Amino acid sequence: MRILEGKGVQKYFGGLAATADVDFHINQGEIVGLIGPNGAGKTTLFNLISGSIAPTSGTIMFKGENILGLKPHQICKRGLARTFQLVKLFGSMTVSQNILLACFFGKSGGVHKSDAQRESSRLLEFVGLSGTDGVIAKELTIANQKRLEVARALATKPELLLLDELMAGLNPTEVAQATELVLEIRKKGTTIFMIEHVMKAIMGVSDRIIALHYGKKISEGTPEEITTDKTVKEIYLGI
Amino acid sequence: MSSTNNPAPKWLFPLVLSFIIIILAAVIPRFLPPYTIISLNDIFMYIVLTVSWAVFSGPTRYISLASAAFFGIGIYVSAVLGNVLPFLAAIALGGLASFLLALLVGLSSLRLRGMYFTIFTFGLSELIRHSVLWWEVNITRTVGRLVVSVDNITVYYAMLTIVLLTLAMAYFIKNSKYGLALLAIGESEEATDHIGVNVNALKILAFAMSAVFMGAAGATMATRWTYIDPSIAFNPLFSFMPVLMAIFGGVHRIYGQIIGATALTLLADMLLTKFPYYYNLLYGIILVAVILFLPQGLAGLRERMSKWRKHVLVK
Ligand SMILES: Nc1ncnc2c1ncn2[C@@H]1O[C@H](COP(=O)(O)OP(=O)(O)OP(=O)(O)O)[C@@H](O)[C@H]1O
Ligand SMILES: [Mg+2]
Repeated sequence: MRILEGKGVQKYFGGLAATADVDFHINQGEIVGLIGPNGAGKTTLFNLISGSIAPTSGTIMFKGENILGLKPHQICKRGLARTFQLVKLFGSMTVSQNILLACFFGKSGGVHKSDAQRESSRLLEFVGLSGTDGVIAKELTIANQKRLEVARALATKPELLLLDELMAGLNPTEVAQATELVLEIRKKGTTIFMIEHVMKAIMGVSDRIIALHYGKKISEGTPEEITTDKTVKEIYLGI
Repeated sequence: MSSTNNPAPKWLFPLVLSFIIIILAAVIPRFLPPYTIISLNDIFMYIVLTVSWAVFSGPTRYISLASAAFFGIGIYVSAVLGNVLPFLAAIALGGLASFLLALLVGLSSLRLRGMYFTIFTFGLSELIRHSVLWWEVNITRTVGRLVVSVDNITVYYAMLTIVLLTLAMAYFIKNSKYGLALLAIGESEEATDHIGVNVNALKILAFAMSAVFMGAAGATMATRWTYIDPSIAFNPLFSFMPVLMAIFGGVHRIYGQIIGATALTLLADMLLTKFPYYYNLLYGIILVAVILFLPQGLAGLRERMSKWRKHVLVK
């Protein structure tokens, strides 16, 4: 089943087509990678899906409903969550407050405080942050801030999770842990659409990869197909 | 947020404090000279303005300078309707008018951030002041009006009630999930939106709620001045003082805001009578000193002391 499907998605910034007529789809339970050179329009596509920015034209169907033009909080309530390329935590709040808020306002909403607290410790353990409940979020290391952002997104109970460069800035051990985490999240039933520059990581976890260049989809297929694709090789892998 | 080393539950302090205030405040006026009651009313007024202001501007970091507009519209409601409506009805209507005005201000300033929001709210208050003045000069052809006067003790009890309601509202908002969401808005509006918070609705509603008791206080205090005109009712000082008082006492603590409002009102009073010539100078110096040396306000002083005590005890 297609959980997310975009048709003719376009976004112009002035004369620049950041996303030009992109068609794509994500099947339920998949891990799909989104790659492309800097400025290819990957983050812009995520921003369109999550409601951060208004589209110029096109449709994006999430679970059979067109969500293009809805506000981020409306899209979140329908079961779609995301992280940001540059982490956007509630920096001066504690780790657990960051997650509690997402429990209170996320998809299920109206969660009772004690349930939210239980859920928060469960999620912290899940992403490998147990015991940091009372820590001020901005005092975490970058790797841990990224984990917290994932936990906060999961606290909204998403069916589809968008990860924007989760691995950027992490050391090899942390990349391995993040890869593990992505697989665990999918195992729990959440579909994943992820932007990544770390080739080894994205080739390893993705069922399917979409490659963008200058706002256009230049290729799509399994990791093997992508690595052997001539255009992708030329433009992106630089071989 | 609340320090984890504090063993007292966080509701204890506000509970005890409001209890003491209620008891003391309820019996005190019989024993006090009128002058003191008047000055207590001033303190109450500034507590309402400061705590109300901080309900929205404290957590969200949207510095509003529209308090004078909300306070002033309450004053005008009371001045215009005071002789046809009972005192209580005028107060309630003042609060309602202020709420509606804040809804409008909130709706029209949604896209403004930081400095632009601050300047917009200030400009809007000034616009309202000048519009009322223009109206009086050109349409009604009488500038200013007389307000039905109400005795000090009644004003005192009305203000006391409004103070308690303001504190209750501030406390409940601060400790609810909406209070947490307002804090989150101050950190990252985009992230707050993305975890399911209807940011615009929450901002506007919190802003409007914060105006209710400013308007009610205006409607009440109007009866004390007997004569009002636009420059009295919409005096920009009513916009600036709450900001200063909240910063002076500590923006993120309700008790800090109360202390700030009380201390600065008393200070102004004292300086004005003791040093009528250097009043502004001294006032300014003290303000600057506190903000420089206690960036968290007077409330920060207490936290510093307890940190320092622990430090010494450990050694
Ligand atoms: N808000 C904006 N206003 C104007 N131009 C924008 C805006 N956001 C993105 N762009 C432009 O759109 C293009 C695509 O940007 P986008 O951030 O989507 O790229 P990306 O593929 O995520 O790149 P990176 O790998 O560097 O994160 C870039 O040329 C960028 O400068
Ligand atoms: Mg990007």
